[in-house]
This record gives sequence, structure tokens and C-alpha cells, in this order.
Amino acid sequence: MVSRSSSDDSGLELSASDRVAGQPADLASEISFDAPGAPTKDRNRGAVLNPRLGLGGTARFLWRLLTSMRTALILLVLLAVAAIPGSLVPQRSSDPNGVTQFKANNPELFDFYESLQLFDTYSSPWFSAIYLLLFVSLIGCILPRIAHHWSVLRQDPPDAPTSFARLEVNEVVPAPEGVDAALASAESTLRRARYRVVREGNTLRAERGYLRETGNLVFHVALVGILFTIGFAGGFGWSGQRIIVEGQAFTNQLSSYETFNPGRFFDEQSLEPYGVQLSTFTPEYQLDTVKNAWMPIDFTANVTVTEAGESREAVLKVNEPLSMGGSSMYLLGNGFAPVITVRDSAGTVVFSQPVVFLSQDANLTSVGVVKIPDGLTQQVGMKGFFYPTATELDSGALTSSNPNPDKPTVTFNVYTGDLGLDAGIPSNVFELNTDLMKQIAGNHTDVNVILGLGDSVELPGGLGSVEFSDLKRFIGVDIRHDPTQLGVGLSTAFAIGGLLISFSTRRRRVWVVGTAAPSGDTVRWGALSRSEDPGLSDSVHRLISTASDAGKVN
Amino acid sequence: MTDLVALSLLATYSTMAVYTLSFILFTLDLASRADSDAGVKPTRWLRSAMALLILGWVLHGFATVTRGIAAGRVPWANMFEFGLTATFVLVGVFLGLQVWRDVRFVGSFVSGFALLALGIVTVNFYVDVVPLPPALQSYWLVIHVCVAVLGTGFFATAAAISAAQIFQEMHESGQVSGRNWAFLRAFPGATKLESLAYRINVIGFVFWTFTLVAGAIWAEKAWGRYWGWDTKEVWTFIIWILFAAYIHSRATRGWRGRSAAILSIVAFSAVIFNYTIVNIFFKGLHVYSGL
Repeated sequence: MVSRSSSDDSGLELSASDRVAGQPADLASEISFDAPGAPTKDRNRGAVLNPRLGLGGTARFLWRLLTSMRTALILLVLLAVAAIPGSLVPQRSSDPNGVTQFKANNPELFDFYESLQLFDTYSSPWFSAIYLLLFVSLIGCILPRIAHHWSVLRQDPPDAPTSFARLEVNEVVPAPEGVDAALASAESTLRRARYRVVREGNTLRAERGYLRETGNLVFHVALVGILFTIGFAGGFGWSGQRIIVEGQAFTNQLSSYETFNPGRFFDEQSLEPYGVQLSTFTPEYQLDTVKNAWMPIDFTANVTVTEAGESREAVLKVNEPLSMGGSSMYLLGNGFAPVITVRDSAGTVVFSQPVVFLSQDANLTSVGVVKIPDGLTQQVGMKGFFYPTATELDSGALTSSNPNPDKPTVTFNVYTGDLGLDAGIPSNVFELNTDLMKQIAGNHTDVNVILGLGDSVELPGGLGSVEFSDLKRFIGVDIRHDPTQLGVGLSTAFAIGGLLISFSTRRRRVWVVGTAAPSGDTVRWGALSRSEDPGLSDSVHRLISTASDAGKVN
Repeated sequence: MTDLVALSLLATYSTMAVYTLSFILFTLDLASRADSDAGVKPTRWLRSAMALLILGWVLHGFATVTRGIAAGRVPWANMFEFGLTATFVLVGVFLGLQVWRDVRFVGSFVSGFALLALGIVTVNFYVDVVPLPPALQSYWLVIHVCVAVLGTGFFATAAAISAAQIFQEMHESGQVSGRNWAFLRAFPGATKLESLAYRINVIGFVFWTFTLVAGAIWAEKAWGRYWGWDTKEVWTFIIWILFAAYIHSRATRGWRGRSAAILSIVAFSAVIFNYTIVNIFFKGLHVYSGL
């Protein structure tokens, strides 16, 4: 009993009461993860005394080192510390723009950080090494403990200790009805209190609270379940980003995405061909009169989903994703898309479409780019600002005073020359490289291009005209397929269940020994707890009085 | 509406006044117990301190509820409101624990900490009632933040007991002695303190686990993924790991006692760091301080 108990309560806790439980002090205070039963200290001592371990011995020694509680503890603290830098340095996974900005601001530090993989902390080999070691240590710990617990569950409660003197409860009560009746009463009382009881001669052995270790093991197995689910199912996931302008439709195929992040095992055939058309997008803002700032209070996108030949109306909101074809669509961004029409000198339309302007501030001052490679006598590029409610500052510059389109205005700087599109190098639609171009209109030129809704302006040199024809809104959506959700969710549910059961269960052992004597029969009760358990004494004394009372009635 | 906000603020200031008195009395109790030969027996100051703390707590509850009514939602949508509610729950946890065990000896810490925290959030983080941004419009705001607040309340109390444990251990081992440390006679022994702190931290750990899980479920709804290593997620994770380490430390030779107590305090410091420094200075998706 003594040796076996060494690993029972490790993991979640081991209590002070173990120390007084009549067990050797080293077993009570040193909890080993390895095979239960063998006294840890002796093994370690052996390892220390014998420096020539051989290959197998070294491997065993390292395995024991790795699966010891001390190592697990150090790995846990190390994991916590290792997670810190990722919160100080922008991460590619969550803040790619931050990384770009960091590179621009601190080019030298960037290289140093990059060599430490600080921009990809949570997928870096050094971070992975810590948590993988931790999980190996964890698995090495729980496998023997599962085996041990399994055998304990099928065994009878352990023998009574030779001396009750060191037990937390040690009480002699008279048995006026005789030892046999007293033990029978004690046995039924213990059974009612959900103890597992075995009677052997004049001794009762009882134990309860096996669920404590069961819950503990379920919790740890569930953690492994979470890691394995993410490791294996994660590769089948994918996510993509897309901007949809009012009136436009999105079809779920690879070419429709602006950016797409496939998992390792992603197969293009797995994209289910559904379509989503954005009918209207309606944001709502409220003026915070104290800060004099506009706060968004609602974003609602009305969409038409076409799936398997059937169409339905749906609403997409923040916190209310849409589910279709095994994936979900999340509303993550929005903004304005002014419709810009460009005509040549003869009045023929060469460009007319909504242009996505990305917002820069709370009042949705936005920037956008128009590129017209063909149709005019020269290639034309335009860098623009959009102001939903244009207001002139004292300096003469424009700003937006309101995110609602009360006085929508577009301004452009117009350039002619080489757009750099012919080289076949993919270029960012939101950026215009003007290195090979010459500004012909806009700021600091004779021709200002400031357009209210419906306004049009002639470009110099008979190039043509630009018109702000209409105003639409766009939404930015994330579309994701995450096959880990179910497994992680289930594992988490098990983990929480195990945690609650383990923490709320008290593992207790009770022994009752009857002694017949001419001066009067007695029974001696002894009890110990396997965990932090200040309620033990009260609980067992209640059992004692219940058993005694029942004995009297009988 | 504005009247209610003003009323709530008035009640907050009143709460701070009453907590101040309570803190003084708790400290007086410790001081006079250090002086008297009886030592261990609570003095009359203690009873008055508890009475005042309860009065302050009722006022505090009134301040929190009126704030919620004025806002028409749960009173924890920005840093000020979170601080208001968290300190209310902290004092509530402390008072509730009395039913289970007499932990009045940390009353001086709890009332002092609640007073300090309440003062800081009211003076530095105060914002008026504003409507919720779309990302916060979810019932998960109620669940996620509620369990986080509860966890914080338990962690704070346990950290105080762990601190007491360290002093008591130093006192018991003779590392410190003399009149300055005599107040420790009013505290239970180090082993008992350790056991108390452990059991309170375990409750906090369960709540923190719920915080993490509820946050992940909400993140999936709002941001499209349940885990993305956002700065606040990282720190919630760090705190969870630290408390997991703490729980394991109690089963490891050489880590029980003082090391475990230090871990408990470090982990609670991470909670405070997460609420203050991470909220204000770190870039991330949890930008709800309202500052």
C-alpha cells in the first residue's frame, strides 16, 4: 500500500496529509511520474552511485528526468516565459502589418529578431520544442499512471497500517452490541457514504474518491487530445480573405480570394462552390459627445447566399458569422468603394467600377488607387483620398469629420507614364509606384481633382475626364474552414469535466478494526486523506456516530 | 441616465471612503494584536473593520449596479467598469470566504488592495458610458468577463495569503523577528496558510480555465478563429500556465512552501500586468479599455 501510493495524487496536487499518513517521508514529498510502485529515491540514488549507465541506462535516466514532476514544472514555467516575447514583438500570424512596419522602423533590429524567429514565435522551433517536450513529459507521466489507476480500480482497498497512531483520525468507540454488529453497522454506513468496503476478519478496509485520479487523468489526456487535434486536423483547414462590394458576388473558389492560407493537406477540390452576393451593408454610428468622436454601434451586411442551386437571404454581422458549405464567413472589415468613371477625350468610357478605398481613421478618411493601363493615350495612375464628410481644415487640407457619407468627396493625384504592369510582376492593387510616372494633376499642380458625388473633371492635355459617379460600400470577410473545432471543443469539455471532478472529489481511506475484550468490545476507526482535505476529520466522525447510532437501534 | 452615472460615481467615492476606514481598522487590529500578550485573539477593531467593509461592499454593489443600469448592459465593457466590478467581486469573495474559513487576517490587504485599485481605475481609467462597439455585442461578454472577474477575485485573495505565508515562514524559521514582525502572531501558521492559498487558487484556476475557454469560443464567433496568439490571449495563456505550474509545484519536492508561494504571487502579478500594461500599451485585438 505504501509504495503503491507514491504516485496517486501527483499531477494536480499532493497534500500535507500524505506526509503524516504513515508513509516514508521521501515518497510523500517526492512525486515521481514514472512507473508507480518503485521507490523513486532508491532509483535515483542508484543512478548517482553508478556513473557507467550504458546506453540503455542513460536513455532510462533521461526518460525519468524528462518525465519527472520537477522537469514538467520547469517546462511549464519555461513555456510561460517563452510566450512573453511574442506579445512584445508583432507576429506575422496576427499582425503582419506590424511586422512590415517594424522592418521599416528598425531594419537592423529586424534582422536580429528575425534570426531568433521572434516574428513567428508560436510556430518557431524553440517554442515548439518547449511545448513538445512538455507533452512528451506529460504522456510519459500519465501512461503509467493510467495503468496504475486501472489496476487500483480493480483492487480492494489497501491493508490497514500497523499503527493508527499517525493517522489523522484515530478513534476508539465502544461496541456494546459486539464487534460483529458494530462492524456490520460500520460497513453499511461506509457503503452508504459511497466507500468501497472489504471485510476481512475483524477489519474493514474502505476507500472512496477514486474519481479524483480519474478526473485528473481525463484532464491530462484531454490536453493531449487538444494538441493532437490541432497537429493533425489543422493541416486540413484553410482560410481566405476577400473584399465584396455592394452588388458584387463572391464565388467560393481559389481564384476568388485576395489572400488564401491553405493548410498542409489542403485540396482545392474541397472548396464547396457556393456564392455570396452582398446586397447592402449598413453601418450605424453614434456620436460620443464627451470625446466628440463617432463610435460604431452596428454593422449589418445583407447578403444572398446561393448554395446547391438554392438562394436564401441572410444577415452577416460581427459576432454572427455565416455558415455555408463546411466553412464560415466572418465580417471583419468594411469601408467605402466610390464608383470612378474615366472617359477618353471622345467621351468613351474606358474605366467604370467601384474602387475599394481602405479607411485610415475612425471617420473613415480612406485611400485608394486607380490604374488605367489601356484605353487612354497614355497609361494613367491615380492615388486618391476619400472623405465621407469632407471638411476643410484651416490649412486648406481636407479631412473627414464624420464616418457617414454626408458630403462624400474624392480627391486624386493623377500620374501618367509607366504603371509597371507590363513586366508581369504581380503588383498590389492598393499601391501605385510612381517612380516611372509624372504627376499631371492634383496637389501642387494647376488642376485640382476634388470631386463631390456626380462631379467630373477634365484631365489636362486632352487626356480625358474623371467622374465620381456613385458611392458603394464594401465589406472585408474572412472565410474559414477549421476542422479542429470539433475535436478541440470536445477535448476541452472533457478537460473541464475532469478538472471539476478531480478538484471536487476527496480521496479518503478508512479502516475499522474490531477488538473483543472482557472489559467490553470496541472498534477502532482510522482514516487518512490522499489530498488537501481539512474536512476529513468531521466527515469521518459523522460516519462514526452514524454507525454507532445504527448499531444501538439494531 | 446622466443622473444615474453621477450617482454611481458618487457611490464609488463613498465606497472608497468607507474602505479607507475599514483598512485603517484592519491594520489597527493587526497592530494591537502584535502588542498585546494575548496576540492571537482578534480585537474589537476587527469586528468594526468587517462591519465597515460590508457597508462599503453594499455601497460598492450599488455603484456597480447603477453603472450597469445607466449603461443598459453589464458593467464591465471597459477598463474602468472592469476595475469597478472586479474589486467588488474581490471584496465579495473575501467576505464569502468567511463562511468557509476565517480569513479575516488578510482583511487589511483586501480592503487596502480594493481601495487602491478602485482609486486608480476611478482617477486614471474613468470613461463615460458609451454604447458597445459591434465586436462586444455578444452574450459572451457577460460570460467571459464575469468568470475572469471571479477568477481575479480568488487569485487576489490567495496571493495575499501566499504573501502572508512567506512572512510567516521567515518568522517561524527565525529569519525575521522583533517587534516589527509581531503582527504575524495574528496569522495562522505557514503550513495552514499554504493550504488555504492553494485551495483558493484552485478555485481561481477553474474560473480562469473557463475564462480562457469562453474567450476562445467568443473569439471564434467574432474574429473567425478560437486562438490566434493575440497579445491578450497570450497573457491569459501565460497566467493559466503559471497557475498550472503553481498547482504542480505543490506536488514537487523542493518547490512546496516558499517557492510555491512565490509562484502564486508571480502568477497574480501577471493577472495585474495583463489588466494594466497589456491593456494600455500592447497592440492587439482586445482594445476595449475605452481610454
